[in-house]
Amino acid sequence: MNQSTAKTTGMLAAFESPAALMRAAEKMRDAGYTHFDCHSPFPIHGMDRAMGLKRSPLGFIVGAVAFCALSGASLMMWWMTTVDYPLVISGKPYFSFQAYVPVAFAITILCSAVAALFGMLILNRLPQLFHPLFESERFAKVTDDGFFISVAAQDPKFDIYATRQFLESIGSSHTEVVEVE
Amino acid sequence: MSVDAKVHKEILIAGNPQFSTITEKISRIVESKTNKVWLLLFGAAVSLLLILLGSVGYLLWEGIGIWGNNVPSGWGFDIVNFVFWVGIGHAGTLISAILFLFRQRWRTSINRFAEAMTIFAVICALVFPSIHVGRAWLLQWVMPIPNQMGIWPNFRSPLLWDAFAVGTYFACSLMFWYVGLIPDLATLRDRAKNRIRKILYGIFALGWHGGNRQWKHYELAYLILAGISTPLVLSVHSIVSTDFATSVLPGWHTTIFPPYFVAGAIFSGFAMVMTLILIARRVYHLQEIITMKHLERMNIFMLVTSMMVGYSYGTEFFIAWYSGNPYESFAFLNRAFGPYWWAYWTMITCNVVVPQLFWFKRFRTNIVVMFIISILINVGMWFERFVIILTLTRDFLPSSWGWYWPTKWDFAVLIGSFGLFFTLFLLFIRFLPMISMAEIKNVLPQADPHQHDDQRQAAIGGGSV
Repeated sequence: MNQSTAKTTGMLAAFESPAALMRAAEKMRDAGYTHFDCHSPFPIHGMDRAMGLKRSPLGFIVGAVAFCALSGASLMMWWMTTVDYPLVISGKPYFSFQAYVPVAFAITILCSAVAALFGMLILNRLPQLFHPLFESERFAKVTDDGFFISVAAQDPKFDIYATRQFLESIGSSHTEVVEVE
Repeated sequence: MSVDAKVHKEILIAGNPQFSTITEKISRIVESKTNKVWLLLFGAAVSLLLILLGSVGYLLWEGIGIWGNNVPSGWGFDIVNFVFWVGIGHAGTLISAILFLFRQRWRTSINRFAEAMTIFAVICALVFPSIHVGRAWLLQWVMPIPNQMGIWPNFRSPLLWDAFAVGTYFACSLMFWYVGLIPDLATLRDRAKNRIRKILYGIFALGWHGGNRQWKHYELAYLILAGISTPLVLSVHSIVSTDFATSVLPGWHTTIFPPYFVAGAIFSGFAMVMTLILIARRVYHLQEIITMKHLERMNIFMLVTSMMVGYSYGTEFFIAWYSGNPYESFAFLNRAFGPYWWAYWTMITCNVVVPQLFWFKRFRTNIVVMFIISILINVGMWFERFVIILTLTRDFLPSSWGWYWPTKWDFAVLIGSFGLFFTLFLLFIRFLPMISMAEIKNVLPQADPHQHDDQRQAAIGGGSV
């Protein structure tokens, strides 16, 4: 395959430290970039605000699932023990709610945990085993001690020359164009 | 400098390493050639696992009669071992979830380890009720699955609560553990030299690229999982204790059981984490990451929970006398001075007396002492459950009193369960990073994005209080 088939998907810029990455993120945000991401081996406290990101909606998703699971589990047990096959057990009412709390609680917790895990994966669009950034050799350090800003080509402000110049001006030690063949 | 900033800057990892030193040190354990000590231990663990498989096979073929449980003691080693293993799991969730919510950053060195222990301990625990049901091939009947009889499980039974609680506990612990593993699996993927490793770690890392847009959702998911694991872990052992407490037997029918069981569970779990971590720390030279500070804090946890357990033993005795119920008083006198007195006093010695040594810093920071005490605590906590079960041998009518003695198959399953536990644990140590690299990096001083601000403040002689 020759060089001309390569498609530019964005730009990658390396930074020296979490502090440098955070300051650069603030400048990217202020310069009006929207399709950029800050990559680091660990989460950096305060980065959401530096990048101008909104809070993750995951809490609402899990909350809604938990509510449905709690009512669904209670309704299921109520129907099974009072409607479908009523059984008198130790002379108690058919649906003495106290005795049904442990199972309802366990089902609620289980569904919430599943929602938290899969909600996170869906919001992150994972699993996605290929990503254009993986083409960069340098980027492998992101899970070790590398700090990067990536700008996607679909960003309205993206321009191969201007963006590179800007990234260098805000402290990047190395910039490269990310291409996929 | 504010107090918060001081707490934030506490040095948790010795030697002030670079980020890459941490990656290298922990990944190398997984990437290097198999350690001889590991091979030896793995061989031993698999042999014990074969004992478990053999004895469970014979049990399924022959029936529960091969065990020592019989009227009046219908419960025996199976339930003792079940409660023992579930209890061990609790420290893992306490370290990973509750200490996370309380922002105890020192937990990062031990949480992965402790979570793995939780999962494997719960697997061992689940073996026992599953084989004790007698017809293990009909286990699905505990779940509300439509069947030809048109009947549903009894949701008012504590034994059914157990199935739901422990099953949920296993699933949640597994998901929590996996979420924590994703960034570290990505590290192993990026470091992999051969293709098979790259593909396998790549699949399980799910394409993680460490972007803040991923971390944002990831961190919240982790927080939510910690938040829901916290009430879960407190409820699991409470529900296990209702297996006993909802019966009307003297010595079992008490409201103290749920908190008493939870405290005991955390106590035994910390002891197990300690035993395992002391070995791993030595074999893999992790002294800089798991420092004496971590070990000492775990010892303090053990001291506190030991006193909670001791207090519960005392309260049980006091209430037995104060209730004026002759059966209740007898049950407790019988525990301490009846035919199984040795089990009772083993429990008291190991759980209440020995851990008092941790009052002294000299013992609290001595590796040999803490290793021995951690093993004694596990012995003691096993005996605690044994003592509780043996209440069954002498209840109301002296004419129906009996004796319980385990058979060789009881012992085989107990020993075999350790084989299952250690086999899984050793596989974990060999193929997955046993310490959370991403979290360790996060507690290093240079991970703080504001570190230069502080230096600047110091330089101009400023600094807010």
